[in-house]
Amino acid sequence: MAGLENWNWALDGWIVAAGVLCAVASALLGNFLVLRKMSMLGDAISHAVLPGLAAAFLITGARESVPMFLGAALVGVLTALLTEWIRRYGRVDEGGAMGVVFTALFALGLVMIVQAADQVDLDPGCVLYGAIELTPLDTVELGSFHVPRVVVVLSIVLAINLLVVVLFYKELKLTSFDPELAKSLGINAQSMHYLLMTLVAVTAVASFETVGNILVVAMFVVPVAAAYMCTDRLATMIVASSLFAAASAVLGHIGAIVVPRWIGYRSTTTAGMMAVAAGFLFGLAVLLAPRYGLLVKLLRRRLFALRILAEDVLALLYRAEERTPDEPALARSQLRQQLDRGLLARRAAYAWLRRQGDIRRQRDGYALTEQGRRRAQSLVRAHRLWEQYLETAAGLGERHLHENAEQLEHFTNEELRRRLADETASPRTDPHGAPIPPESQR
Amino acid sequence: MSPAGRLAAVLLLAMIFASRVSDPAVAADETRQASITDRSVQWPTAGQWRRLLLLEDYNTRVVLLGATMLGFAGGAVGSFALLRGRALMGDALSHAAVPGIGLVFLAVTMAGGDAKSFVLLLAGATCSSLLGLAVILFLRNATRIKEDAALGIVLSVFFGAGAAALGIAQQTTGHAAGLEGFIYGKTASMVASDALLIAGAGLTVTVLCLLLFKEFKLLCFDEGFAASRGYSILLLDIALMGLVVAVTIVGLQAVGAILMIAMLVVPACAARFWTERMGLMTLLSAIIGAASALVGAGMSALLPRLPSGAIIVLVASVAFVVSMLGAPARGILARAMRRRRLNAKVHRQHLLRAVYEWLESHGQAPRRGQHDESDQVPIAELLPMRSWSQGELRSYVARAESRGLLRTGPGNLLRLSPLGCEEAAANVHNHRMWELYLIHFADVAASRVDRDADAIEHVLDPTILAELESLVHEGAAARVVPTSPHPMPHAGET
Repeated sequence: MAGLENWNWALDGWIVAAGVLCAVASALLGNFLVLRKMSMLGDAISHAVLPGLAAAFLITGARESVPMFLGAALVGVLTALLTEWIRRYGRVDEGGAMGVVFTALFALGLVMIVQAADQVDLDPGCVLYGAIELTPLDTVELGSFHVPRVVVVLSIVLAINLLVVVLFYKELKLTSFDPELAKSLGINAQSMHYLLMTLVAVTAVASFETVGNILVVAMFVVPVAAAYMCTDRLATMIVASSLFAAASAVLGHIGAIVVPRWIGYRSTTTAGMMAVAAGFLFGLAVLLAPRYGLLVKLLRRRLFALRILAEDVLALLYRAEERTPDEPALARSQLRQQLDRGLLARRAAYAWLRRQGDIRRQRDGYALTEQGRRRAQSLVRAHRLWEQYLETAAGLGERHLHENAEQLEHFTNEELRRRLADETASPRTDPHGAPIPPESQR
Repeated sequence: MSPAGRLAAVLLLAMIFASRVSDPAVAADETRQASITDRSVQWPTAGQWRRLLLLEDYNTRVVLLGATMLGFAGGAVGSFALLRGRALMGDALSHAAVPGIGLVFLAVTMAGGDAKSFVLLLAGATCSSLLGLAVILFLRNATRIKEDAALGIVLSVFFGAGAAALGIAQQTTGHAAGLEGFIYGKTASMVASDALLIAGAGLTVTVLCLLLFKEFKLLCFDEGFAASRGYSILLLDIALMGLVVAVTIVGLQAVGAILMIAMLVVPACAARFWTERMGLMTLLSAIIGAASALVGAGMSALLPRLPSGAIIVLVASVAFVVSMLGAPARGILARAMRRRRLNAKVHRQHLLRAVYEWLESHGQAPRRGQHDESDQVPIAELLPMRSWSQGELRSYVARAESRGLLRTGPGNLLRLSPLGCEEAAANVHNHRMWELYLIHFADVAASRVDRDADAIEHVLDPTILAELESLVHEGAAARVVPTSPHPMPHAGET
């Protein structure tokens, strides 16, 4: 692809590595945030840590990484604590409490930064919020290798998160899904909550100090939501969300290089494109997830409707044979009148039945094959048994018999037909006087 | 925008914004001559105070009017958003506006037009905000994604797209600088047309809120009922969120993202503490929003080194904290005090009942309406009657004494005053009426009623009591204390 010929593993490789580490570390925790309906916490914390950074700066008077990191992490935890406290004691809606806390802390931080700025030149943009593109420039020596500092920091964060998620998997799972049950089993839901909040704060601060906060806010939620579309099992969801996160980091960096060239520009923000890539993968998951995906659900409904229509065709042909054994085929115009469905749907149903060998062309219409007759016989038998049953056992009025049986016939297997026959004392005819065909012989 | 992340931009631009809001008030003052690196706060002079309070500067008037209207509209809309459980919607939608701005800028540049056309950029921001809103509602209604995750997704993905678009825009002409200003608060002074735009939008939003008040109220409190009355929940949701978008967009270009979120959330949360009535809450929320904006903007005009957006948020936060602690209806202190008072009453009544039961078991039960003091009761013997510690018991006795219910004497003894006798008898009466009711009508075993009655005796009101009496002993003398239906566990162990 245009643009990728300049790919440099020493530069782009490290950028992608930093992105992947940050994305996976965030997504791991994000699983539990999303399940606890606290998806906005990452965003709130990334705004709220400002006074912590400013305070650390004011106290130490220097732009040291460690005190600033500690200050930010402390305020991050404080954000979670304050939110929880206002929610519980002030009885404020969770979103409201979060909104109050993070905007107030952010405003406080702004004022402090302005005060700090007359002591030392403090450019918040450079100090507080690193850029992922600059990853390869700041390296530390590890043995004989030069490894970017960012990658080292994020690896440590990822290792901690992974360790906690693995060690406390059961506790986190229980407290996320059923805090009451967790409490009754002797798990301290409160302490789990604060452990999670602490990790979220640390991950958020470590990530956006190094790779920018758009990325971390996105990775807490978007890959997790994509995984949530795909599965009902927590373990699968965690693995899937990590994969989605890693994939969006890789795709994002490639996208940042490639996409702008389509409209004639140079590359653009990697972190932004990683968020967009995550959104793209999420969109795919929304459409194509095996069970909950919208397209998949739509397709499933369509196939189901097709099956019903095809069975209706079989039943119509069977009844036609009953009426006029010499002229078993039905013309397509006759089928059209009785089916009340669009041309495309009918065409699809005919094609499907012919491929299965249930019907065959005959002049300008269709007739049943031997195999089709057996299936149709079962359907009609089910239909008439249901009518009989609904009248005798359920006491349904004659007017409603047909429409109900018409629906039920599609879901009636051989076992159920036998039970129906037993219940209705194996009648020969249905309430309308039509003969009930015997079970087809194979 | 540089890839440094949105916060950097918010920070820088809020600072720039601060200096611009403060500019007008001090335009002619000596602070202007100070070094640009000097950012220490200087107390305003009397002259500055006068200029502010009398609104002498045209620019101050404009800024105050704009900020106040914005606070008013934000507070009003925010109260509905909060009760609908959408407090953070403004957060997501304000971020969702960014790609619209970036894309419009790119498109107009490529078409060779004036890429900073105010109207076009505003239209782009509105469109992409509305798109974000549509995505949120779609995800919530059509998939299994919950609302909070939908907000987070729209916020981060749209913002990422916006950052990417602005990243491209920046390389195009070199004139993209100032776009962030447009997003995070205009760097030029808020001029009369801005203030008028904000005032007009605020007025429109307020009028719409009034017109749709009944519908929004239904939407907030009983969605199902609203649907059963034939309202379309989706349409109402869209209308409410549309108002949020309107306020956000107008506010974004004037005061910046974070301030805008705070204007939607904080006043509404503060107002919630004061009242249980929706109409009053909306009004209060609007007033708190307007007042915070007025005071905050005024303060930053006086103290030019402080960022005005942040000051407005901090003033609103102070209003929130004051409300949370001090509001009489739902404030923390008021609730704590009510609980304390109830606890004190419960302990007092327990003490009186214990005294009564001791006296009763010694054949000296006080009567209601007696005029002399009861017999002596040794305090030490009350101790085993309930699970209270010696210290607790002593403090309850002391408190009852200060209310004139009893008198302690030498030898660790106490006597009930006539008032104490009355209250003790009444309390035991309530307790036993409830016990009898439980035994006769709720089929609770006699051995278990004591504890149940313990909880309810303090809150029986006279009408219930009268009903109990007519139920339990039809026509018997109402003021006579019935004998206990179960054996007394501790009394009599002398």
